[in-house]
Amino acid sequence: MYCDECKKKPAAVHITQIINGEKSERNLCEDCARLTHKELSMAFDDNFPINKFLAGLLGYETPTADAALNLAFGEPEKCENCGVTYQQISQIGRLGCDQCYEHFHDKVEQLLRRVQGSARHTGKVPQRTGGAIRRQREIQGLRAQLQRLVAKEEFEAAAKVRDQIRELEKVVEMPSGE
Amino acid sequence: MTEALFNQAITKWMEGTGQESTYVISSRVRLARNLQGMPFPHALSTPLANDLVQQVKTAVVDDNDTTTEPLYFIDLKKIAPLDRGILVDKHLISPQHAEEADGRGLLISADESIAILINEEDHLRVQSLLPGLQLDAAWQRASSVDDRLEAKLDFAFNERLGYLTACPTNVGTGLRASVMMHLPALVLTNQASRQLNSLAQLGMTVRGLHGEGSEATGHLFQISNQVTLGRSEEEIISNLAVVTRQLIDQERLARHMLQKETQMQLEDRIFRAYGLLTSARILSSQEAMSQLSYVRMGVDLGLIPDVAPAVLNEMLVLTRPAFLQKAAGREMNPLERDIQRATLMRARLLQGKHTNTHTGGCCHHHEE
Repeated sequence: MYCDECKKKPAAVHITQIINGEKSERNLCEDCARLTHKELSMAFDDNFPINKFLAGLLGYETPTADAALNLAFGEPEKCENCGVTYQQISQIGRLGCDQCYEHFHDKVEQLLRRVQGSARHTGKVPQRTGGAIRRQREIQGLRAQLQRLVAKEEFEAAAKVRDQIRELEKVVEMPSGE
Repeated sequence: MTEALFNQAITKWMEGTGQESTYVISSRVRLARNLQGMPFPHALSTPLANDLVQQVKTAVVDDNDTTTEPLYFIDLKKIAPLDRGILVDKHLISPQHAEEADGRGLLISADESIAILINEEDHLRVQSLLPGLQLDAAWQRASSVDDRLEAKLDFAFNERLGYLTACPTNVGTGLRASVMMHLPALVLTNQASRQLNSLAQLGMTVRGLHGEGSEATGHLFQISNQVTLGRSEEEIISNLAVVTRQLIDQERLARHMLQKETQMQLEDRIFRAYGLLTSARILSSQEAMSQLSYVRMGVDLGLIPDVAPAVLNEMLVLTRPAFLQKAAGREMNPLERDIQRATLMRARLLQGKHTNTHTGGCCHHHEE
């Protein structure tokens, strides 16, 4: 099928319009569709940024709805560290700084479940800054091992693992010198 | 070192080596990292951004640690826009990173397989780029550079959410692994879109080489993981490797079928492409890419013996506008570029022929 407009290129876009109950159908090639239906241009933008989709997921729907919310709740909340508001975040689809994750915790977590399907990191932990987390993970692993050993009645090995856990727990309780 | 960076098209990922290099041109692992308490680059003032560049540079370049691989610092605002274009064409930096150079930096290893982009979308993007299917090796290398940075810099890390990134689609591992694959037979047998669309359900993203959507120029596809949170790095890497191997099998099967069912049509297409590239006087970028794809398949199938796979990879980059202009030493209009591209293509494709006549054979020029 060729384009209704230029009749040269194959039709790639099929537009059905219903105006006052009158239905009309047009088959256009990409170029003609781009020219005659500016409102569709977004769909052809090769670099259509993912941020715009994210903005939708972040709950930024229409400016009017947002303005209404602001009227109801007064001043918009800002991140204490970088001063970015949630409205700004949802408009550009990016957070302002690492603290924003804490500050807008509930909303961000909801979003992460939607885009990532999960909200819990199970990968690499940094060596230096992640020391405590690293030990906690290790303790969790050892506890599981301990249960398995007890179930198998290997008490001697279990006692060793228990001691290891105690050692690690001492380190975890002590940090930051409080 | 910097001279080769801007004057030579050939770079580590183009070697044509590594596992499954017939189908997988390169493997890339990228880690997104940010510094604690600092606004992310899009919200960072230029002076602060420049401070951050210095801080990172000090951490890994000026440490005079001889046990680690040396990294070289490139100040993006001090190099010419054309040179930044070359870094983009060599897939070493992103187009966004080349656009606004002030407050941005690049650290790169001598063989160009490791690059750290400073102040792109995140404060740090550690990238490891290797030829063929080598996702594990690429992850190991990126991870060790990550450790080296983390020893000196305080990373934004959260126990529940992992590494914190500007865009929530990168949070967690901050890891994006990708392979660049050449899948001409899947396209010719009309299987590509069905096969590749089903990857989306497995949490993978597929793009054409230069991001032109599903209609991939030169039958080159980039496949990467979509999800970065809730899975370990090893899981992400191995999922991608499994999917890659499945695609390799499908492509191999499709090539076999084409050879069996339509031998003459296939050879005709390949030799026409070779004839075109070795004869054309004016060659557009699009045409060069799509014809190169058939020549590559011809080389893979042993039909065209005199072209090394590395040359084909090199041509992907050498025929890009930035490189053509760099080689000519001046700016060129599109027609001049198309002429220059055709000249270069003929020279490079026929070069192998002459070398082989001199050395008297074509069987031993690949190192296994």
